[in-house]
Amino acid sequence: MPSLKDLRNRIGSVKATQKITKAMQMVAAAKLRRAQMAAEQARPYAERMERVLANLAASAATTGHLPALLDGGGRDAIHLLVVCTGERGLCGAFNASIARLARDSAFSLQAEGKTVKLLCVGKKGYDILRRQFGRQIIEAIELRSVRSIGFPEADAIGRKIVALHAAMEFDVCTVFYAQFKSVIAQIPTAQQIIPLALPEQGGEGTLKPAYEYERDEEEILSALLPRNISIQIMRALLENAASEQGARMSAMDNASRNAGEMIRKQTLQYNRSRQAMITKELIEIISGAEAL
Amino acid sequence: MPAFPFELVAPEKLVYSGEVESVIVPGTEGEFAVLKDHAPVISSLKPGIMVIEESSQAKLRLYVRGGFAEAAPSGLTILADQVLPLDEVDAAKLGAEIEIFEEELERAGTDEARRIATEKRDQLLELKAALKM
Repeated sequence: MPSLKDLRNRIGSVKATQKITKAMQMVAAAKLRRAQMAAEQARPYAERMERVLANLAASAATTGHLPALLDGGGRDAIHLLVVCTGERGLCGAFNASIARLARDSAFSLQAEGKTVKLLCVGKKGYDILRRQFGRQIIEAIELRSVRSIGFPEADAIGRKIVALHAAMEFDVCTVFYAQFKSVIAQIPTAQQIIPLALPEQGGEGTLKPAYEYERDEEEILSALLPRNISIQIMRALLENAASEQGARMSAMDNASRNAGEMIRKQTLQYNRSRQAMITKELIEIISGAEAL
Repeated sequence: MPAFPFELVAPEKLVYSGEVESVIVPGTEGEFAVLKDHAPVISSLKPGIMVIEESSQAKLRLYVRGGFAEAAPSGLTILADQVLPLDEVDAAKLGAEIEIFEEELERAGTDEARRIATEKRDQLLELKAALKM
């Protein structure tokens, strides 16, 4: 049976923890608004890019020659998994669920006899995956010092991936990140970026405009494709940033609520034992007086 | 002049979206103006000045650091790498832009990359001279 002082101390520490989790929740809420806006503003570019690329690829396909970034060169023996996670913990299952999705697909690829390489963006994912895939991780990129993720960071990662692809280090590249649906729902997603999976064009009846190219088609395509990869990476990072804050917000909300529940229970116990003690003392005094 | 839909997007956000009368685009092969019902064309952009004419009175001048333009029957879409309003561009900013490509030139591993970076740097130097900065 804990003493009254123990109980008092414990209630005090739970209250302090609750204050911290409440503060973290509010910080996450403020950051979430910004991150969500950034993610939404980045969508138009990615969408337009996809449309232009689809048009280009369709007309390039008729001429026959496709760059390796578009059709993957027909090989799929080596897979590169780019796992984007957060830099910090205390955000519920956010990091763990992305890492789990990446791990599951790595295992199923290995079971098919493919070689798997990993590239971790964000410290937490690296920490989780390091144990199982130690030597298969070719690089771990930390973005801790970056205050707000923008195109330059994404472009640096994109260029790295394109350079690795050019050096034949891998054939297929998939990005793992959490898509931001809402504050309570973040969906871990795997998106293949090399070779590019383009949406199917509408039925055969649709008339395609015959584009003219300033600089020939191939040159434009070869400039556009690496750019598209950087853009997709950026989209993943921005979605991730919003998801992370959302996950942290709901995790901290839960934590504050649990702390409240704990305080309630322990206060009850504290009051009970205090009353029990008073009763005990009274009984002692009364029975002492009766004995006289 | 009849208006047509125009969209200018940068990686971070949608910069401009609306009906315009004409847009002068700094294409790699030379500047060209796009009016309503322009023939479908896809062009890469050089670093340069873009002029958006909403009406004969309202003109918008922007600096773009390259990217792509797509003129389709549905309108003109420009995917720019970086967009700055022209009055925010000064000698120092332009100098920084030139430096970006000079760094790229140093990093460039292939002849092709080197050629592209040199070309872009020269285009910027030209622009700087044209703006008399």
